[in-house]
Amino acid sequence: MSDLKKNYFDKITYRDALRLAMHDAMLEDKKIIIMGEDIAKYGGAYGATKDLLNLFGNERVIDTPISESAIVGAALGAAMSGLRPIAELMYVDFFGMSMDQIANQLAKIRYMFGGQISAPMVLRAQGGTGRSGGAQHSQSLESWIMHTPGLYLTMPAKPNDAYHLLRHALKIDNPTIFIEHKLLYNTSGFLDKNDPNFLFGKANVLREGKDISIISYSRMTNFAENAADQLNKENISVEVIDLRTLNPLDRETIIKSVKKTKRALVISESYYTSSVPSEITSIIFENCFKILKKPVIRYTAEDTPVPVAPNLEKNYIPTIEKIVEYSKKLCN
Amino acid sequence: MSNTLLPALYNTMRRIRTFEERVSELFIKGESAGTMLHLSIGEELGPACVGTAMKNNDTFTTHHRGHGIFIARGGNPDKMLAEIAGKKDGYCKGKGGSMHIADMKLGHLGANAIVGGGIPTVVGAAMSYKYLKEERVSVAFFGDGAMQQGILYESMNMAALWKLPVVFCCINNQYGMGTKIEDAVGIKDFSKRAKSFGLNTLHINDLDVEDAYYKSKEIIESARKFQPGFIEVECYRFFGHARMDKSPYRKESEEKEKRKLDPISYAKSKLIKNNILNENEIDKIDNNIMNEMDNAMEFALKSPLNDEKEIFKDVYSKNDPMPVSVHEKIKKILSN
Ligand SMILES: Cc1ncc(C[n+]2csc(CCOP(=O)(O)OP(=O)(O)O)c2C)c(N)n1
Ligand SMILES: [Mg+2]
Repeated sequence: MSDLKKNYFDKITYRDALRLAMHDAMLEDKKIIIMGEDIAKYGGAYGATKDLLNLFGNERVIDTPISESAIVGAALGAAMSGLRPIAELMYVDFFGMSMDQIANQLAKIRYMFGGQISAPMVLRAQGGTGRSGGAQHSQSLESWIMHTPGLYLTMPAKPNDAYHLLRHALKIDNPTIFIEHKLLYNTSGFLDKNDPNFLFGKANVLREGKDISIISYSRMTNFAENAADQLNKENISVEVIDLRTLNPLDRETIIKSVKKTKRALVISESYYTSSVPSEITSIIFENCFKILKKPVIRYTAEDTPVPVAPNLEKNYIPTIEKIVEYSKKLCN
Repeated sequence: MSNTLLPALYNTMRRIRTFEERVSELFIKGESAGTMLHLSIGEELGPACVGTAMKNNDTFTTHHRGHGIFIARGGNPDKMLAEIAGKKDGYCKGKGGSMHIADMKLGHLGANAIVGGGIPTVVGAAMSYKYLKEERVSVAFFGDGAMQQGILYESMNMAALWKLPVVFCCINNQYGMGTKIEDAVGIKDFSKRAKSFGLNTLHINDLDVEDAYYKSKEIIESARKFQPGFIEVECYRFFGHARMDKSPYRKESEEKEKRKLDPISYAKSKLIKNNILNENEIDKIDNNIMNEMDNAMEFALKSPLNDEKEIFKDVYSKNDPMPVSVHEKIKKILSN
């Protein structure tokens, strides 16, 4: 890992920002351990934990058997008993294996036990399409989590956010589900470890605009920015909002933006029905009903499993061209 | 010697290997759908002996490393390779890919990309055969990694409890991705686990495919008489976990040593030594297989891409409406 001690990077990959976050957190807090399949020797299926075994040893960086249910459950037990685990599931699709431990155990123990105990842990996973992984390796399942009270949920798009969100999640007492995107690991951006503007739970207004709000998170944020640049050339001024955390959800920033632009397009790579955009769209309708100039549009992937064929997979999710097209239609 | 099955078993193993080499080529040509391609090179013995010991009507599920098993069960290399290329003529219309090949007509109840995901399917299949009084066995193939999934034990217990015609077959290639089996289990004796549930067990740990065939046959035939079984086949994954993996977590010397344990070379020597086939005859078999797989390659490359409507098909039954595309929904809203 390059320059472990540096505080500012002009350009760092999303992957390295995550590695650095785990590295810095582990240096600071001896109670942090990492556990997951192939995270130690192999360095993680997408390389996000590379070198951590060498730096922190196998008592803190632990390869597990392929037992997702017990990985989450054991991390939860450790979190209740003095440690602060980071558990990794290789693909968000494997939440299916662990859903009891995530939804019935992790999310519930503080409440069920009358506030006696917390489970301060982070569950990392990655999702999304783009590698022809097919129906069981390409999903975006954030609404499963968002529909479960008790779990914080973050889905960063940018290296700087990836770093700070993970650092913050490793300091709080709420279990946090941290979902990365398989096609973001190689993307890069700046990292300022002392970023004075970073606030956990606050959406990031990446571009200020007055004609339309495009609201998104994770990889689709980059699509939104790209579309905004194209729309700008055609004199459509776009406000791009990156939600960053889905729970807590920054309703205020969303509402404020749409009250200004009076139009909104909500984008995600998940299924359409009962999705995060469904929730955002309701919030907008509930709060901005009177001033909306057009219906709020949800633009998501299709309500079908993810196909493997690259030509099908590509148009299965939102495309930049269509984001541009729909924005224009909303604005005319 | 005339009734030996060795030539047929050799043929199956060679077909598996040559097929997998073509999968690899497909990737190199940039024509595979993605890189999650898990090859069975070095692991051909298990699929060949268990696959051959099964009967025509028997069914099975496989893990993500399932090409070899399906070849041994009569899979059509053209349609398999087209599926791996994500093409229209593939087994699943290019929607499943390498990790989801299936063919209900040949009893292939599906390859699975979830480690352990296909195991309980065979329990249910066997329940239906027993109820319908069909003399069929269902076999779950999975890797050593799945030995650490709880669902296997739930399934084993049901199979034993209800005396189902089921065989659980673990292809133990010593690794789950980069994790060596020793780093994943407290005890390596998998048969012990299966036995404690009440299953018949068989542990295959040598290179003689014919011998392994006869032993597997016994387990499968007992299962047919409602005594479920467990087979572990030890082998070695000759190459990386998936096509991109260069196996940095293990020594080259280890690979070199272990690749000597080649069931195909072993079978070939035995064929020659026992005067069953001579070198020329074996070359001829190999050449025929090369031609067969070259044709499969051509078929896969020529097969057309599917058109976008295919995304919406097969979500629900043909008699019910397809999901409405997001674009249609948006269009309607915008036209209001
Ligand atoms: C439930 C689940 N966990 C993890 C993975 C990721 N993964 C894919 S293959 C694999 C290793 C599987 O090892 P094994 O079962 O021994 O099969 P092999 O690849 O060795 O044939 C892992 C961890 C997965 N696909 N499904
Ligand atoms: Mg294995």
